Amino acid sequence: MADAPTPDPVPQPDAEALKARKRRNLWLGLALGAFVVLVMVVTVIRLTTGTGIAGRM
Amino acid sequence: MTELAAIPQKRYASAADYLNLMKPRIMMLVVFTGLAGLIAASGMTGVHMHPVMAAIATLAVALGSGAAGAINMWYDSDIDAIMTRTSTRPIPSGAVPRDEALALGLIMSGVSVMLMWLASNWLAAGLLAFSIFYYGVIYTMWLKRATPQNIVIGGGAGAFPPVIGWAAVTGNMPVDAWILFAIIFFWTPPHFWALSLLAHKEYAKVSVPMLPVTHGAKATRTQILLYTLLLVPVSLLPVATGLGGWIYGAVALGLGAAFLAYAVRLVRSTAGDAEAQGADMKLAKTTFVFSIFYLFALFAAVMVEHGAGLHFPLMGG
Repeated sequence: MADAPTPDPVPQPDAEALKARKRRNLWLGLALGAFVVLVMVVTVIRLTTGTGIAGRM
Repeated sequence: MTELAAIPQKRYASAADYLNLMKPRIMMLVVFTGLAGLIAASGMTGVHMHPVMAAIATLAVALGSGAAGAINMWYDSDIDAIMTRTSTRPIPSGAVPRDEALALGLIMSGVSVMLMWLASNWLAAGLLAFSIFYYGVIYTMWLKRATPQNIVIGGGAGAFPPVIGWAAVTGNMPVDAWILFAIIFFWTPPHFWALSLLAHKEYAKVSVPMLPVTHGAKATRTQILLYTLLLVPVSLLPVATGLGGWIYGAVALGLGAAFLAYAVRLVRSTAGDAEAQGADMKLAKTTFVFSIFYLFALFAAVMVEHGAGLHFPLMGG
């Protein structure tokens, strides 16, 4: 019986690629965190003022 | 297409590449004019946004502009690779994959509209969504490669920010907001056509029907003058409605006269022609740079008058 063909090895990213990926993930994480903080800030302001626009209560 | 773009060498994207994908120079102008609309609305109506909400609304405008820029770069990456001026952009240079640019544009579109809605109201969010669609789809996909009027109609996309800023504060869009829109709308053709006089060979190379490519440099120079003749009275409308005071009026009149002088000199020059002299090409470049200064100065005058309590209307107020 013939052996099953061995799959091609998955190319491994080099050190520079890993570094770039890590850097990009860090930025994505920071952006996501900033978005969460912004939504939280908006929510707090809306809850405390009743509306986002002062003078239009 | 007869000319194939060189296959870019793979390089790894830096944060600067992602920033460049968002067209930061256009973003600056968009944010500045949006902020001017926001400040003018407060000054004219007495309605004030919470400062943090105003900052978030401004951030939303910036993100929306960046999103539209990324979608534009995704769609135009084929021609960007061929034109020298744009060949170093993140996608043709191989730093950012096309699909990633599109994903970034779409995600940022959603985030910016949502932030705008949370920070202000549905009208401002809807206008922001429409302006992204206008630039990313109507201008980039439908007009840019189809008609020499691409810049004229497409100019509407860049004219929305002051209306968005105004709507964010008041929840409506009065005539004054649309006057600010009209100023940017009529400013865009002379501004961009001055640049296209310098770069028309590049546009011809990729078959983009910019006015100098389809109608020649002479017709373009005439159109620059005609649009500047329209722009100057439009730029004085805020004085008539009371939106602009004497500071704005002086800036609009003085710089309008200067812009007109550049346009007249340009129409008498050979800028963009095959036999154009260096001085004439320099004049086209100077006109382009001056047009940017002109728009910044007009909107700065609006901001100073309404933001620093220096609004002394001559009429209409």
